[in-house]
Amino acid sequence: MNSATTQGKAALELDGLRKSFGKTEIIRGVDLSIGDGERHAIIGPNGAGKSTLFNLITGRFPSTSGKVRLNGQDLAGLAPFQINRMGLSRSFQITNIFPKMTVFENVRCSLLWARGYKYSFWHMVSRAPDLTEAAEAILEQINLTERRDLPAGVLSYAEQRALEIGITMAGGANVIMLDEPTAGMSHSETDYIVDLIRKVTEGKTLIMVEHDMGVVFGLADRISVLVYGEIIATGRPEEVRANPKVQEAYLGAALEAEH
Amino acid sequence: MTDTTQKAALSRPPIITLSNAMPWIVATVFLALMPVIFPSNSAITIMNQMAITIIFALAYNMLLGQGGMLSFGHAVYMGVGGFVCVHVMNYVEDFGVPLPLPVLPLFGGLFGMGLALIVGSFSTRKAGTVFAMISLGVGELIAACSVIIVAFFGGEEGISGDRTYGLPVFGVEFLQQIDVYYLIAFWLLLSALLMYLFSRTPIGRMANAVRDNPERAEFLGYSARWVRFYSFVASGFFAGIAGGLFAINYEIVTEENLNLAQSGTILLITFLGGVGFFFGPILGAILFTLLQTVLSLQTELWALYLGALFVVTVMFFPGGLAGLIMMHTMPLKFGKLGSLVGPYLKTLVPGAIGILGLAAALEIVFHLRHAALGDSEMTLFWTTFDSHSVAPLAIAVIAAVGGFWLAKRAAPGMAEAYHAANTPRGGSV
Ligand SMILES: Nc1ncnc2c1ncn2[C@@H]1O[C@H](COP(=O)(O)OP(=O)(O)OP(=O)(O)O)[C@@H](O)[C@H]1O
Ligand SMILES: [Mg+2]
Repeated sequence: MNSATTQGKAALELDGLRKSFGKTEIIRGVDLSIGDGERHAIIGPNGAGKSTLFNLITGRFPSTSGKVRLNGQDLAGLAPFQINRMGLSRSFQITNIFPKMTVFENVRCSLLWARGYKYSFWHMVSRAPDLTEAAEAILEQINLTERRDLPAGVLSYAEQRALEIGITMAGGANVIMLDEPTAGMSHSETDYIVDLIRKVTEGKTLIMVEHDMGVVFGLADRISVLVYGEIIATGRPEEVRANPKVQEAYLGAALEAEH
Repeated sequence: MTDTTQKAALSRPPIITLSNAMPWIVATVFLALMPVIFPSNSAITIMNQMAITIIFALAYNMLLGQGGMLSFGHAVYMGVGGFVCVHVMNYVEDFGVPLPLPVLPLFGGLFGMGLALIVGSFSTRKAGTVFAMISLGVGELIAACSVIIVAFFGGEEGISGDRTYGLPVFGVEFLQQIDVYYLIAFWLLLSALLMYLFSRTPIGRMANAVRDNPERAEFLGYSARWVRFYSFVASGFFAGIAGGLFAINYEIVTEENLNLAQSGTILLITFLGGVGFFFGPILGAILFTLLQTVLSLQTELWALYLGALFVVTVMFFPGGLAGLIMMHTMPLKFGKLGSLVGPYLKTLVPGAIGILGLAAALEIVFHLRHAALGDSEMTLFWTTFDSHSVAPLAIAVIAAVGGFWLAKRAAPGMAEAYHAANTPRGGSV
């Protein structure tokens, strides 16, 4: 798998990426190359800038300087919807769904662009069996079939998290970015979601922010450790775990907390 | 309108099933029968007005309810559609172009859409306050133009035309109101159906998504701005159709048809009916037209009552009339609707008496202050009395206070009954 990162072409490349909010620099020069088909985890203490890094990559915020390339293409100046159309889909740390629409509608909407419906006003969504089937299959996968016709806003927290992931993966994007997908889930829910993530990201590129070290070490091909806006280490899980700098800055404390 | 039965194609669900065609069949029959039940000219005039307002309100709700865009200037698109149609009417008459009247509203639609295309290109970049303010500005701007560009808007008198200009269509000359009624009813059905279908398309669905959470929609590949733009343009088209029908019905279009007051009225109508459901604006338009035509004959204060109704709706029933009706789907499903009748009557009857009492008091005071000197006789609720004597006012005030007091006392019981009716099993009656 890691051969992809050394020989294969990169799915995502960050080049001297920086971001300041006012005077404070939050992302302080990040270089990272994530291979096609790689599962990459980004870990680091609270406030390190992990979510900000996601926001820079996906076009939510403009970067102060530096470059982001998706499959070799520069993303500078592109809006989130343009980046999404290039095959990148993300989830949010703070649940970001369509609260007044039904669970089914949430998922169906996330399929529309990816399936080529674009701004069509000549298709009836209810008459597109491919949409209905795909949306129902996703509901089945995220265990929300029984909640199908409820407004998404009334779901429990864990259910909304599952929906968030479902929406992100529905379109079948090639690069999937998940910001703390298991936060707030119980052990069994976490296990289930991790299995699901593993299954649907088969052959795809996954970039994931995660605090649960069990999840990280179970899923990731490579790990980057972000501390105060800088990547202090990148490598295979065992390399990162053994890295004294990482031990000192973050992992020691985090692993202790696990046990 | 014919609802041809079509065979289900391939593995797709059938295009028309009886259950989803039913409302449209009922509507068609209903519209066909209305002039038979109410054949008087004044009734048909009201129904024409109603039907035009329904189209406009549905078009407006494509923005407000479906797309989350609050416009303060939507009358502009209907008005421009109307002006264009009067001009086309006159042009066709002067040059003898063989254009049948029934297709005329299409011109209104196209020009409404054209204007929406131009305005929407910059106004839909942002939703919320920015959109609302731009709509207000454009509304004011075009209303101001109507005084400046007299050739098109006709200044204060407006532009009038003659709908009987052309060749009779299948022998119909559109001399009579009833002919116009069926023309409007046809366009009402067609427009309502198309607007309904629009809400089921990918762009219609995404309009809801963008309304709920524009940012997330962007991360699913949709530009919130373009989604809003397409809804806006479609809405402009149907508003223009309504304008064209207005021109045909009244044969005159003036600045009043596109000014801010008119824009405010359509917002009010749509909200009263309920923005959350497709049929909400239809109810709003019917209710409003009735109030406007019937109530305005009875009292000069009708606008005051309408304003109060609007405020009460916004404060207590944000779902409007449609929301109020849909609140009862659960009790209906549980077969508990009957248990609500008693508690509702206990609250609503005194409430209604209170409202009538309050209205009577207002009317008496209004008469007292504004009637010509020496004219102290007034008629209220089929009773004639002296507005300067104390007794009628006292009775009105007592009815108001007493009614509201009784209603307030019964309200908790009503709430309890409603709650019980929404509980599947058990729950006291
Ligand atoms: N829009 C913003 N404006 C100003 N400051 C911001 C903004 N977004 C993030 N920050 C700041 O940037 C820093 C990094 O935030 P970020 O959310 O990226 O951290 P994180 O690594 O995702 O943390 P956590 O593990 O808690 O999610 C924080 O100090 C935060 O206050
Ligand atoms: Mg974060």
